[in-house]
Amino acid sequence: MLDYFNFRVILQYLPIFLKGFLATGWISTISIAGALLIGILACICRLSGARILSGFAAAYIEAIRSTPLLAQLYFLYFGLPSLGMRLSEIQTGVLALSLNSGAYVAEIVRAGVQAVPLGQIEAGIAFGLSYPQRLRYITLPQAFGITIPPLLGQAIVLVKDSALLSLISVFELTRAGQMLTSERFMPAEGFFTIALFYLVFYYMLKQLAEWWQKQLIFREL
Amino acid sequence: MWGYYFQQLVASLPFFLKGLGVTVLVSLTSLTAGTILGFIIGVARSSRRKALRRLFSIYVDFMRGTPFLVQLFIVFFIFPEFGVQLEAFTAAVLSLTIYAGAYICEIVAGGIDAVPSGQREAALAFGLNRWQQLRYVILPQAMRTILPPLVGQYVLLIKDSSVVSVIGVTDVTRVGWLTVQRVPEGLMVFGLVGILYFAVCFPLIKVANKLERLITREEVKL
Repeated sequence: MLDYFNFRVILQYLPIFLKGFLATGWISTISIAGALLIGILACICRLSGARILSGFAAAYIEAIRSTPLLAQLYFLYFGLPSLGMRLSEIQTGVLALSLNSGAYVAEIVRAGVQAVPLGQIEAGIAFGLSYPQRLRYITLPQAFGITIPPLLGQAIVLVKDSALLSLISVFELTRAGQMLTSERFMPAEGFFTIALFYLVFYYMLKQLAEWWQKQLIFREL
Repeated sequence: MWGYYFQQLVASLPFFLKGLGVTVLVSLTSLTAGTILGFIIGVARSSRRKALRRLFSIYVDFMRGTPFLVQLFIVFFIFPEFGVQLEAFTAAVLSLTIYAGAYICEIVAGGIDAVPSGQREAALAFGLNRWQQLRYVILPQAMRTILPPLVGQYVLLIKDSSVVSVIGVTDVTRVGWLTVQRVPEGLMVFGLVGILYFAVCFPLIKVANKLERLITREEVKL
């Protein structure tokens, strides 16, 4: 296998790989921020008790969770122009990733919020706090700690999912790997190298999640 | 114009159903194989041999840390370099199986770990050998913890199977992609694709939730 492997080409393409690595990094960062925003909003709607809002949020969450990201991506990519919205490929990709992960974030936050003991909420009611106040001062701060590890897990999924953006010709890590196939026909060199780059993201996020988990256990003690 | 495109779409409905059939076939084949693979590795992972555990954790980390799209490309493009020509369908099933195995073996290993060690010791005291311990004591109890996340994982894998459309397997996503070249109404075409996936995945999600509730309720009773 190593006889086949051409390290010189990898070195030659390294700047392109690094560019792709950074592109994947910032696309993921923006999408995670978007997903957090959408997810928390959807979760608040879901738990609000207002039937229309919670129905709407539930429909969104179930629709996203039951369909693949690739179909959602194509839906936006081929569909938005006919609604008169002209977005660039990157914008479409970030939108799709945010909407997709937002549904999962909503479920994660919901699990976190529901893990807060009922007595806490009752105490908040007894204090005369309104629903937004209870959310702001009681529920969310307590839910925050336990939701971080699964949220980091979702971030790992999002980074990997961002590879699909290469299919709508966004330049990122996978696209950089494909260039080696299309220009030099060296798929092994290209795809194994980008796999390593993806593993860098994976290990960073995984270590962070494990570290946080340890902090949580210490705090419990 | 919408009416015309809608008629076009209705006319190509058989293709979509055929594509759905391919999606189901790819998923079913690779999920079955992946479950078997996952159980074998999951059981092996819970063994005490350090080198073995290490080897499998490298496999799991690679599969979980890299996008399925990249793995698919590796299988599809790199096997031919060694003289093994894979058809798109075979490559798709193969890579999805290896991918599924990594996730399922984690679930299985977690389930086995959750069985109290007293059970294993009791089985040992009964003079059961390793296989018997597994077959009659450990796995039946572990299944309770394994089943709900396993069904949830199936849903994720069925959705991931949409990625195989990229290498030319005509599953429902690819049918949508081909159709949208003729019928330029992305919302309608991929709306239909979404509905078809929904029809497969949504019931499974409900089953997973139901299993979860069933099992937690039983545990509360204990």
